Amino acid sequence: MRLRAEKRIDSPAWMTFMTTALSVLLALTAGGVFLYLQGVSPFAAYAAILKSAFGSGYDLSETAVKALPLAIVSLAVMLSFTMLVWNIGGEGQALVGALAAAAVVRYFPVGSKPAMLSMMALAAVFAGGFWAGIAGLLKAKWNVNEIITTLMLNYIAMRLLEYFVYGPWRDPSSLGFPMTKPFIAAARLPSLWGTRIHMGIYALFFLTAVMEILLWRTRFGYEIRVMGDNARAARYAGMDCMKKVVGVMFISGAIAGFAGMCEVSGLQGRLQSGFSAQYGYTAIIVAWLSHLRPSLSLIIAFLMGALLVGGEALQIGMGLPMASAQILQGLILFFVLGGEFFQNYRVRIDAG
Amino acid sequence: MAGLKFRDVGDVPLVEMKGITKRFSGVTANRDVSFSVEAGEVHALLGENGAGKSTLMNILYGLYRPDKGQIFVQGKAREFHSPKDAIAAGIGMVHQHFMLVQTHSVWENMILGMKETPFILPRKKIQDRIAEISEQYGMQIDPSAAVWQLSTGEQQRVALLRMLYRNAKVLILDEPTAVLTPQESEKLFGTIRRMTREGHGVVFISHKLKEVMSEAGRVTVLRGGLNAGTVAASKTREEALAEMMVGRKASLGLERKPMARGDSVLEAKEIHVLGDRGIKAVNGVSLCLKRYEIFGVAGVAGNGQRELCEALSGLRPLISGEISVNGARMDRESPRSFIDEGVHYIPSDRKGTGMASGMDIVNNSILKKYWSKPVAKGFFIDWGTSADYAEEIVESFGVSVSSLSTPVRNLSGGNLQKLLMGRELSGTPNAVIVMHPTWGLDVSATHYVRDQILARRESGSAILLISEDLDELMALSDRLAVMFKGEFMDVLDNPGTVPIKEIGIMMAGGHKRPRTAASKADREASR
Repeated sequence: MRLRAEKRIDSPAWMTFMTTALSVLLALTAGGVFLYLQGVSPFAAYAAILKSAFGSGYDLSETAVKALPLAIVSLAVMLSFTMLVWNIGGEGQALVGALAAAAVVRYFPVGSKPAMLSMMALAAVFAGGFWAGIAGLLKAKWNVNEIITTLMLNYIAMRLLEYFVYGPWRDPSSLGFPMTKPFIAAARLPSLWGTRIHMGIYALFFLTAVMEILLWRTRFGYEIRVMGDNARAARYAGMDCMKKVVGVMFISGAIAGFAGMCEVSGLQGRLQSGFSAQYGYTAIIVAWLSHLRPSLSLIIAFLMGALLVGGEALQIGMGLPMASAQILQGLILFFVLGGEFFQNYRVRIDAG
Repeated sequence: MAGLKFRDVGDVPLVEMKGITKRFSGVTANRDVSFSVEAGEVHALLGENGAGKSTLMNILYGLYRPDKGQIFVQGKAREFHSPKDAIAAGIGMVHQHFMLVQTHSVWENMILGMKETPFILPRKKIQDRIAEISEQYGMQIDPSAAVWQLSTGEQQRVALLRMLYRNAKVLILDEPTAVLTPQESEKLFGTIRRMTREGHGVVFISHKLKEVMSEAGRVTVLRGGLNAGTVAASKTREEALAEMMVGRKASLGLERKPMARGDSVLEAKEIHVLGDRGIKAVNGVSLCLKRYEIFGVAGVAGNGQRELCEALSGLRPLISGEISVNGARMDRESPRSFIDEGVHYIPSDRKGTGMASGMDIVNNSILKKYWSKPVAKGFFIDWGTSADYAEEIVESFGVSVSSLSTPVRNLSGGNLQKLLMGRELSGTPNAVIVMHPTWGLDVSATHYVRDQILARRESGSAILLISEDLDELMALSDRLAVMFKGEFMDVLDNPGTVPIKEIGIMMAGGHKRPRTAASKADREASR
């Protein structure tokens, strides 16, 4: 018996729905087996995840808090992915964005909240854009692989951040923790509705709408969609792909940088080591699962946020080690991403 | 080799396919088709694109498995799970793309994928065997040459040799003459005749009715996945075969009205262009495209035609030379300015270059319009206008689609080409550069496309037509250049009066035609 994959000619909407539903079901089953082997009742564990993520108003708000940076960074990488330019550096771009915002707070503090926040946002946007722009320029000029450069720039950004929070910017009264002094009040994005959700959420909704219009309604979006579908056809139609790479990378990095600023200004209120918790990478998965549709990424980011919150609940409530929670998250992603394969291919069994 | 090891089985055909049915996700490619090949015969397989020829032959070659039906090899029922099984049963296929390893030598390609090859290759033995086969069938080939060094015709010989090396008794040739010069085709037919004399059976897939009539014993026509009939070539006529293919009376003729040559639109002077690998592909070509005229370029693919087209549409930079459009120098301008000047290029690689095939018909229709009004509205795209425009193309060029949001990749070859032609020919362009416009199209789509090109000529476009199909070039061109190794061997002012054989010699790089004083004067006058 042999298995063979054939490309589907078209995948109707019900198929997309069915494969997604089925893969989630399979993921839960596989995860259940895993939990059972850990000596935990799968049903209790799933109930705990659901309850911790959606159980109360507070829980929902915490899920949203986790989803917010994921959603913004996924918008950022989505733009470059549409053009088939693989910006893996959302993480690093968010970090330098946060770094730039913190620098503005440290060196140019002003008392007016709107002025302070605008300055921070501007710095973050330019820093993130610059960081991604480096990779864009290298690609445009010498066709340097952007996957490598953006990934490497992540490490540089990480170390740069550590240098500042361990070194010159460390708060002397932090008892040795690698963090800066708390930001002044003017530099804090206001929280909303008595939760930890901050005003960045308005920015997210706005950005999502802008991105949706940019990609699907404008000449700019049309060009990058054509380039992503067939670079040769793009050239044939007189589009300058190389010029566009730099622009797209800059915008992409700028959005990610803005996400970094939102995190430090809205949530932590200071710059500290490891604040991003690898959001930059998870956002890539969010972008992919939402089929590069901005509006869909809002929902996917929220579900991913739930998975992150649920993972924490498993550690605290069920006494599972962190690794177990991560394995469960990994299993679910594995099945959902794997399910995508079956939307595009059918598997035939050849007897003999 | 002491003759072929064919079993003498009397009247049983070498291969017989009975009641073959094959479906692909809802589409029936073959329905209850029966087909057989006798020893010593050339059996031609005719049909429009999508008629199921390739599917049927891929089933015979073990690439697909039939949903229903049986294959008998010399009377014995067989099941093929892969081409390996088919080859073991003595069935070989030469695809249009030869599936050879370019960097390997001829002899290394012979044993590619053969299981029984020892770990250390018996080079001498293999080369001797190649020499033996090539002598037997009259195919000269140097066994130690690397495949990439060979011409297309030679590569085809290698692919054929490979099948004979593996003792194939039945050979399936998929449109073998599409890539050959007339001389090379002649040679191939010579080889085929020797093969049939040795008792091989040959399946010959073709679009070209002339060849089929002269080379085939029997002809089977497929239409819409069904066997529309099997006839002896000697008992039928071209028109009858064409009718069987399309299912109604097909007109094969075209009318090219005499027209006075108009103003020059696109002019190239001594242009030199590099190919993708940095080797010179166009070597000092000059030409002048005029309104109300079709300028044909004949030549075997890979002699710089694509690079010439790309240079003339601004896609490929010149090393030296000049290009001007409507009198203005353009050779430093961007591809976009060529489009804006009304120079439209229809590439041969329709899906790979002409279309963003994952996107839908509307998106593809505006590919060369999205930056100008009325499709562009400032920074935005007016999708309403775009959809109207797409609808217009689809309607006036007879593209049959269920919906404008169908991804272009799902269109058939003919529909794709109609859409591409529609986009590029709409609104009477100044100059049209069109490459292999009827490649892989069926009879009716071919006729339609040629008709459209002629219509554009009549409405005043200057047209550059690049093709490998000499019949097409002869029928459409007002002037005809023959291109070989990046140069024009000659430009014929009255292509109709020149024997095809002479053009064939020039296509193969043979001597340039001796130029008479009269034709030279004629040329000067035409400038």
